[in-house]
Amino acid sequence: MSGTRIVQIRQEILAENRIEAGAVRERLTRACCHMVNVMASPGAGKTSLIIRTIERLREQFRIAVIEADLDSTVDADKITALGLPAVQLETGGYCHVDARMTNAALEHLDLEKTDLLFLENVGNLICTAQSDTGAHLNVAILSVPEGDDKPLKYPVMFSYADIILLNKSDYLELEEFDLEAFRQRVATLNPAAPVCPLSCRTGRGLDEWVHLLMERIPRGIGAPASERSGNPAPRRLSP
Amino acid sequence: MHELAVTEAIVKLVLDTARRERARRVVTVNLRIGEMSDLKAEWIQRYFDHLAVGTIAAGARILVETTVPSFQCDHCGERFSRSLRGVESITCPRCESGSCTLTGGMEYLVENVEIEG
Repeated sequence: MSGTRIVQIRQEILAENRIEAGAVRERLTRACCHMVNVMASPGAGKTSLIIRTIERLREQFRIAVIEADLDSTVDADKITALGLPAVQLETGGYCHVDARMTNAALEHLDLEKTDLLFLENVGNLICTAQSDTGAHLNVAILSVPEGDDKPLKYPVMFSYADIILLNKSDYLELEEFDLEAFRQRVATLNPAAPVCPLSCRTGRGLDEWVHLLMERIPRGIGAPASERSGNPAPRRLSP
Repeated sequence: MHELAVTEAIVKLVLDTARRERARRVVTVNLRIGEMSDLKAEWIQRYFDHLAVGTIAAGARILVETTVPSFQCDHCGERFSRSLRGVESITCPRCESGSCTLTGGMEYLVENVEIEG
């Protein structure tokens, strides 16, 4: 006999990725490796932020980078040129990194010799925030020329990130960017997240960002300088 | 294109359920998705049509119920729902305070499926 019936599912669509992301996080935690996911539009300053942060923290931590942003002007080769391990993740048709892709990238890194792992996510403010990558910390960058109205236009990103950086703050005087309105919009979506204006170009505000980051890295992460890693070639892989 | 990964997960959930229920065909898939997610029902349907080819979910209709974000006023405690589309700021409808906190509206759920057999 035919006829239809309704079967209740009531299940989260992205539950599977969330479970895998939890496993990735646990694996990293066990290896004493702290992962930071950096998200922003193309050109907002993801690579610049990562490089500026490496410059400041490379004496304290063994740092590695997963590069997923194919539009980036500085790719894995540039990170490798700094003497750090880098994995170039080719995301194929996908516009964001998910936990499965992070897992694939981790196969190419020596986690036992990595304290701090940056993921430069694909340049986009929408779905990168919908997909847990397994990172411990999620950082969103907005740049001043993008405008102070962005939090309410991309509410998932601004409610998901743990820290919100406002890059290109040296443009604040040139652009009609209302910093207070921006802070208020972020506070509505995400009252716990600090908003930190900075300029990767001039260096202003970087101390505050590094302080915010350091506060969130658990004690015990970081190794003696004698164990610092060398300068391997970047690896390329597809998901 | 943001809908692709989400739709893959939907197809998997729907097929797992339909097979478990020994369905012959999936007729309708009901989703509940927060407005904030910016997922377009039209694109979910297109990707679904493509991904479900050759399965018992081929040709199923996707229906999306969109939920509007909800807020609570930090001053008077009023709870209210408000779409964020085209909005410059969120103010409390009771005391007009501009200090309000997002409390919900980010659902991504497969509510149920209508199956045949």
